[in-house]
Amino acid sequence: MAEAGSPKKLPLDALWRARTSKFGDFAGYDMPLQFEGLIPEHMWTRQHAGLFDVSHMGPCFFALPKGHGLEGDEAHKKVAALIERLVPADIQGLKPGQVRYTMITNAEGGVLDDLMIARPAEPGAAGDLYIVVNAGCKHQDWALIEEATKGEANLVRADDRCLLALQGPKAHIVAAAVIDPALAEVSFMSVKRYDAFGRLTVTRSGYTGEDGYEILVRAEHAADLANALLAHPEVKPVGLGARDSLRLEAGLCLYGHDLDPTTSPIEADLAWTIQKRRREAADFPGAKRILREYELGAPRKRVGIRPNDRAPAREGVEIVKDGKTIGIVTSGGFSPVLNGPISMGYVDAAYAEPGTGLELMIRGQARAATVTPLPFVPHNYYRPKKGD
Amino acid sequence: MTTRYTKDHEWVRLDGDVATIGISTYAAEQLGDVVYAELPAVGKSYAQGDDMAVVESAKTASDVYAPISGEIVETNSEITGENWPIINEAPEAAGWFVKLKVSDKAELDALMDEAAYADYVKGL
Repeated sequence: MAEAGSPKKLPLDALWRARTSKFGDFAGYDMPLQFEGLIPEHMWTRQHAGLFDVSHMGPCFFALPKGHGLEGDEAHKKVAALIERLVPADIQGLKPGQVRYTMITNAEGGVLDDLMIARPAEPGAAGDLYIVVNAGCKHQDWALIEEATKGEANLVRADDRCLLALQGPKAHIVAAAVIDPALAEVSFMSVKRYDAFGRLTVTRSGYTGEDGYEILVRAEHAADLANALLAHPEVKPVGLGARDSLRLEAGLCLYGHDLDPTTSPIEADLAWTIQKRRREAADFPGAKRILREYELGAPRKRVGIRPNDRAPAREGVEIVKDGKTIGIVTSGGFSPVLNGPISMGYVDAAYAEPGTGLELMIRGQARAATVTPLPFVPHNYYRPKKGD
Repeated sequence: MTTRYTKDHEWVRLDGDVATIGISTYAAEQLGDVVYAELPAVGKSYAQGDDMAVVESAKTASDVYAPISGEIVETNSEITGENWPIINEAPEAAGWFVKLKVSDKAELDALMDEAAYADYVKGL
């Protein structure tokens, strides 16, 4: 649900405009789409570190009212139980400093948005959650959260700040040099605050399949931080274009394309995001359908697809087997790493096995393709060895 | 030989009654690195404005329209041979798409000349 009127400017608009003129409207924001070129930016992120401005997204803090009088796990469990009214993940079970990927589901078991929920590491922040939702859904999501938890907790928007994503195998070197040496050693899917550039909330996370960080910084310090990161020889700016090809290679869903209010998390192959305690409690929106599909399998499933020739199969392309329509492509394009076309889509469960031959209807012509395991390109997430 | 341009960023250059057709330098730059292109078969006929070819970058797929009516007499073997980078390297020369035997030269009059196209692109 983009806001009406002309698109909003990012707080760092001038900084990006000095580096590119290729901007486009995305979810109501005027966003840099491309700098030196989609493919070079994509490959730079896979080999070095790309800096993305994702300030259009919806970071927020969700907190028990001041003076709640609870500490530690007790405070956390209370605030987590409130957000669990909307999502099927085990949020109560988060350890301090842990981040989890989850979804807001509807009563029919469809997905209203996918999001990250973090439990702050700092004891003083017990009873707070740090949540990042998608740009296009943020107003709807925040309204839903407030409606479901009215008077029991407060939601504070943080989308007046900047959210910068630093992604790539060299991101840890850059973050350690520019922000804090401790960032090199924190685990993927963790969160912590750092006293640098004002005060930063940094998650080790991202949506490119690479190691990296998402950094929430106050707008008045954002240019200093972005310039300091860009001054590092391992860092180049990357636009939304490459963000999309990176997440597609990584087999990650884009809300509104690969996920929507009719798609269940099981169909989307996201059963791993619903932890045992929640499956047993069956107390989240859409639990009936989602748990039935969890037990018996969903009628259709999200799969990776590689066209056998060079023609990309993009969103909306029909998937056919023996003359019968069995699914649809929900994301598709070109993989710079594989140097060929890749797609994701939904197919009838009978055809979801990797290696299955299919046909894609591209411009009226059936073209052979093969179901392929996801991700197309292996994830490269940093997790310290146990016992470290 | 003058080059004429369409609003959809095709160019066309007439030599006798055969027109060479491609996409403009501006179009190639906007598209970015070409990762796929599909040309029509020799012998097919198109009316001015018909869907004739497809060119795709990592970012997007674009239709290429026939800038003038006629029959395809040759396709660029560099492109059919999957040497797509030639479209970015020399969009208005070696990166041409097709040659077409023109059925009505007067259709060219409706297209922009180089100066008019340069002005048109400036306004985009």
